Amino acid sequence: MLTTENQVNAFNAETLIAAFPAVTLRASLDHPAFNVPSSELLAVLGYLKEKHTFDFLADLTAVDWAEGATPRFTTIYHLFSTTTHQYVRLASDCLDNATPRVPSITSLWPSANWHEREVYDMFGIQFSNHPDLRRILMWDGYPYHPLRKEFPLAGIETDLPDVEVAAETKVKVKPAPMAGGPFVALSGQVNMTEAEPMGKDQSWTEKSEKPN
Amino acid sequence: MVSSNSELAYNSKIEGDVVVSRADAVINWIRTNSMWPMPMGLACCAIELMAVASSRFDIARFGAEVMRFSPRQADVMIVSGTVTYKMASAVRRIYDQMPHPKWVIAMGACASSGGMYRSYATLQGVDRIIPVDVYVSGCPPRPEALLDALMKLQEKVKREPSAHNLLISK
Repeated sequence: MLTTENQVNAFNAETLIAAFPAVTLRASLDHPAFNVPSSELLAVLGYLKEKHTFDFLADLTAVDWAEGATPRFTTIYHLFSTTTHQYVRLASDCLDNATPRVPSITSLWPSANWHEREVYDMFGIQFSNHPDLRRILMWDGYPYHPLRKEFPLAGIETDLPDVEVAAETKVKVKPAPMAGGPFVALSGQVNMTEAEPMGKDQSWTEKSEKPN
Repeated sequence: MVSSNSELAYNSKIEGDVVVSRADAVINWIRTNSMWPMPMGLACCAIELMAVASSRFDIARFGAEVMRFSPRQADVMIVSGTVTYKMASAVRRIYDQMPHPKWVIAMGACASSGGMYRSYATLQGVDRIIPVDVYVSGCPPRPEALLDALMKLQEKVKREPSAHNLLISK
């Protein structure tokens, strides 16, 4: 329900840019989106949370624009207001391509803790002042960041996380076979129709009726 | 002199209660009909595993209803689901903690071969880290398929030279 106070603080792009001149509009097909310098990130997010009722951190993720691009990494924040039911999106470029670093927002939303750990795990972006910046999906000591553009989907050979099990089984983490897999269609090399599992009787499908 | 034992050769009361058999047959009969599973439920196949244990499919009919979450009390590990490299070490350790004799059923495409997860995070078949006795196809398999796998495993156990194995293991 809208209260008078919230109507006064109704959010639009001009209010944010007037309050923070360094913030710029970002091209977006749906919700309002802004580019925020990482030095002002905490201030802008805190302002949106306190003054414009964007109290829900819907998502926190990142983009890798591939090697050679500058800036290479961008962190993305999706906020939702449970009062006005609006979304807003913020993007913050990481200045250093080799060791990307942005401030942690766990002081504003404790739920950012695991999101930031996932971004750190998958992209290798450091979050300053994060209370517990460890990997969350891959194991501690895994040498790569799998969602970086140069990392192959199949993986790179490395050691199992458990030294004793690795010595006992002599098994290593190996690149997965890609040919014929469900997510890989190399045109001309693999006939996807033959590669995928299917019933032997293809005489009737959802398109052609079952013969009597 | 009067002996308390007047029996000379044949006592029908005792002989009637004795069945003569081979040690292998007796040991394997006991083992096949009380296979306690270690439910290694890692993904959606575990839901089908639960259905197998429930009333409609009822794996108790085959003597395998006692799901033991302690590996020390389990005979057959049912690996039901996607084995990631991070989990692989735990699977192997739990397998190592199971007492002999022990068997493994790889339930579903993921446990058998990595399934649709051809990626950096997934072990491409649990048989890379532990020996598998029966593979079950399907994604996930029908409960009947897992029952069939258990029956296949029981047939395999019935062929084992169990008495010989017990002697040489000492």
